[in-house]
Amino acid sequence: MIVHLNLPALRETHWYEYLIRFVLGGAMTVITGLIAARFGPIIGGLFLAFPAIFPASVTLIDKHVRQRKENAGLPGVRRGREAAALDAIGATLGSFGLAAFAVVIWLMIELSPAVALVLATAAWLAISMCAWALRR
Amino acid sequence: MFEYLLRFIAGGIAVSAFAALGDALRPKSFAGLFGAAPSIALATLLITLSHKGAPFAAVEGRSMILGAFAFAAYSWSACLLLKKLMVASWLAATAALVVWFAVAFGSWALWFSIP
Repeated sequence: MIVHLNLPALRETHWYEYLIRFVLGGAMTVITGLIAARFGPIIGGLFLAFPAIFPASVTLIDKHVRQRKENAGLPGVRRGREAAALDAIGATLGSFGLAAFAVVIWLMIELSPAVALVLATAAWLAISMCAWALRR
Repeated sequence: MFEYLLRFIAGGIAVSAFAALGDALRPKSFAGLFGAAPSIALATLLITLSHKGAPFAAVEGRSMILGAFAFAAYSWSACLLLKKLMVASWLAATAALVVWFAVAFGSWALWFSIP
């Protein structure tokens, strides 16, 4: 299957679901900052890879798939959970990219912060995509 | 106070942007990659760099490696709970957080106990 953008899928998400993710993301970033300020960068750094948004995303995917099936008169619970599991597999592969991001930050940020941030994001995307392609 | 307001806005924007990308991308397993996007890390590091400097951010980056492997264990556990046990998704995603804490702090204790 070819990777593609399905923009109409964005309309399935209600405004309050976007708001929940914004607040969760914002709150987790504040909490990460507070942890780093209180316990230092070693403990604070662990929380840079905390799965803050994953629970909300996986719940929304389950809900959307289930609703779609139930609107078509089909039982949707199993399909919803399977779609959520598929998303979790993707996140597992993406976490190797997240580790690559962290390695680049660790090794390069003191040399050139801007270049390190760009390279680290590129490393995240490249390693994640390679892991996904290898799994296929 | 202003620093934390800035963190809240930056984190909210980064997380929402990556999540919207994940919503729009197909197939679903590919979109799942964005569930592990470095959204909080990017928002945090940008502000950390301006307030605490690059050496502080480098130490955070080193610890983040352990956090990322804890994330892999976490999402794999959530996947098992969803696929094998058919647990409700909110429950699977919340229960698996125990795995994240165990792997993150377990590996941290191991790493930093090595002389």
